[in-house]
Amino acid sequence: MTFGIKRSGALFAAAALLAGTGLAQAQDKVKMAVPTFLTGAGAPAFGIPAKKGSELIVRGINEGTLPAPYNTPGFAGRMVDAIIYDEAGGGTKQVTELRNKVQKEKVDLVVGYISSGTCSAVTNVAEELKILTIETVCGTPRVFEELDKNPKYVFRTMNHATGNNVSAAHYIAKTRKGQVKGFVGLNQNYAWGQDSWRDFELAMRHLAPEAKPSSKQQFPKIFAGQYGAEISALLRGKEKLVHSSFWGGDLEALIGQGSARGLFHKKDFVLTVGETVAYRLGKKFPQGLMIGARGPYGMYAVDDPNPLNQWFQKEYRKAYGEPPAQPAYQYAQGILAAKYAYDTAAKKAGKFPTTDQVIEALEGATFPTFVGEVKMALSKGHQAVTDDLWGVTVWDEKRGETVLKDVIVFPASCIMPPEGVASIPWLEGGMKGAKC
Amino acid sequence: MDLQLLIVIIVDGLIYSSYLFMVAVGLTVIFGVQKVLNVTHGSFFAFGAYLAATLIGVWYNAELPAFGGFLMIFLAAAFLGVVFGLVIERGLLRYLYHRDEHIVVLATFAAFLALEDVIILIWATDPYFAYQPMELLGWTDIAGLTFDNYNLSMVGVSMTIALIMWFTLTRTRFGKILLAVIFDREMSQSMGINVNKVFLVTFMIGAFLGALGGAYVAPTISVQPGIGVEVVVLAFAVVVIGGMGSIPGALIGALVVGISRAASVHLLPEVELFVIYAIMAVVLVLRPEGLFAPPQARKI
Repeated sequence: MTFGIKRSGALFAAAALLAGTGLAQAQDKVKMAVPTFLTGAGAPAFGIPAKKGSELIVRGINEGTLPAPYNTPGFAGRMVDAIIYDEAGGGTKQVTELRNKVQKEKVDLVVGYISSGTCSAVTNVAEELKILTIETVCGTPRVFEELDKNPKYVFRTMNHATGNNVSAAHYIAKTRKGQVKGFVGLNQNYAWGQDSWRDFELAMRHLAPEAKPSSKQQFPKIFAGQYGAEISALLRGKEKLVHSSFWGGDLEALIGQGSARGLFHKKDFVLTVGETVAYRLGKKFPQGLMIGARGPYGMYAVDDPNPLNQWFQKEYRKAYGEPPAQPAYQYAQGILAAKYAYDTAAKKAGKFPTTDQVIEALEGATFPTFVGEVKMALSKGHQAVTDDLWGVTVWDEKRGETVLKDVIVFPASCIMPPEGVASIPWLEGGMKGAKC
Repeated sequence: MDLQLLIVIIVDGLIYSSYLFMVAVGLTVIFGVQKVLNVTHGSFFAFGAYLAATLIGVWYNAELPAFGGFLMIFLAAAFLGVVFGLVIERGLLRYLYHRDEHIVVLATFAAFLALEDVIILIWATDPYFAYQPMELLGWTDIAGLTFDNYNLSMVGVSMTIALIMWFTLTRTRFGKILLAVIFDREMSQSMGINVNKVFLVTFMIGAFLGALGGAYVAPTISVQPGIGVEVVVLAFAVVVIGGMGSIPGALIGALVVGISRAASVHLLPEVELFVIYAIMAVVLVLRPEGLFAPPQARKI
């Protein structure tokens, strides 16, 4: 009996010690949830590159091997434990997942989200749960313009979709002045496709008023896969310019089916997120297309000499055998924003910061990224702005990759609405206050 | 409407109808004989596309004769027809034939979800491209527009499938047996027909047709996770319009939907998304059993 008690006591002590150690270890880490598409149609073009970019940057942060100013290990000295999980399944499922991550797994912050639908669903829940959430890719301006007008816990570290379409219109106005008489849209029939077309059309109204939109816009179902009739309609139409925000498998199918019918020789295409598939298609990606990356990412960053960018390019290619496309950059940028905020807050507080101190450090901040700076300039310091770039695709035989020529940089102040002004009224009002 | 536009709508409509028929015919065959609403049909399509893309890649990487790539399409479909026939029909459905049909639908839905994950386990999330057969066939100018011959060939393949199905059902002994089983399963069994064997063969044919749809479409798309989900919804719509279990129904349903969709894309693109489901709703209101489903005798 005595032995039993002693043994129980010893076991209890050991368990307490282990639990204590575990607690200490848990406290020494920052638990970061990273939702991204690991399955479904969003995975190949966005989710998996985003996962790879996240893993790489977290490894660099934990090992302290990133170039300055991110060359100290961890977030404010604590190692980062990234919990990467699947964003597939829709908004309702993602709200449940977010609650699980916060309430059961006790994560300290969330960095991620690709789909505008997911961001729309989780933004107010994140505020309610008081969890620091850095949205990385989702494009809808509605996040801070309608859903969360007084954000505290939610941030977005890249431009919203309006900037991408406004810069596309600027590029056309600059490079094809007077040549474009009409334009038509081919966009997926959901929020992303409809918003992209609306913003582009409104911007074109002011920047290239001589170009008239077609009365027959194509909005095929997302993931339809078969675009024969739409290609025929585009080929028959008299408009030379085609705007499309297609992405992933839909864009790849369009390129395959359109190339076989000479579509890309007969029409000028402006693909707002074309960069996401350009590397994957290699030589099959048509030349002479205007493509966007929603900022200085992927193909637009490849030659930038910034040491941080060169580290990312080199390590990504070494780890995965392919160049990093825009989602890899955009997720890595969100994680860098978190590191910047934790490190800055810790420096100010003189100790490991609280969530409120981290938020204070990120609100309205300007932090260095792979190419240039990210300014948290809009929506009370919670919505980032960056420059955007547009160029035309050309195959580089030497590199064995698609590269871009005739690149023009559009400053954030030119393409994003000013603070306090929502996108649609800004576009409808002729983009007043834009500094180009 | 000018003549050129009319021709383009018909050509676009026929190509899309062929695609729809290829994805729907296997579903209707299985339902017609086995009364199983088979949600795993979407997986057959996806597996067909993945396996064909893989085999086509291997074939062309080995620099084997170019037209052999087409052989890979049919080989992939045949292999999957046998494998799925054995695994799904023998391993799952045969235990459920006596159960309520809702249970069977749920079981096939569960198998569909599991197979989606199997695809990721085998092929991961990277997309596969198998464009070579499409490039090989070149293009044709019709009414002033360029059409690729590969998509046009889909019309021929669909017509061939429809003819083979018609011939098999009306002119062969196996067809007569099938019709007997469709009409009265118990009576056929009492007359000495091995219904289990008929079910297995039918399921294999249905799985082959589903996989062939995916395999043939593979060179025109980016083969990646989730492609089976979209297809199964479309296939259901076509089968419901034509009449569950009716092969002529699937053909007419595909034609109605295909031509209507092509017309809407050219004339009124705003309703393109709506048109398939509008047709389905109208058919369900006016003729709930579908356009071609035979009247069902009620058993007491």
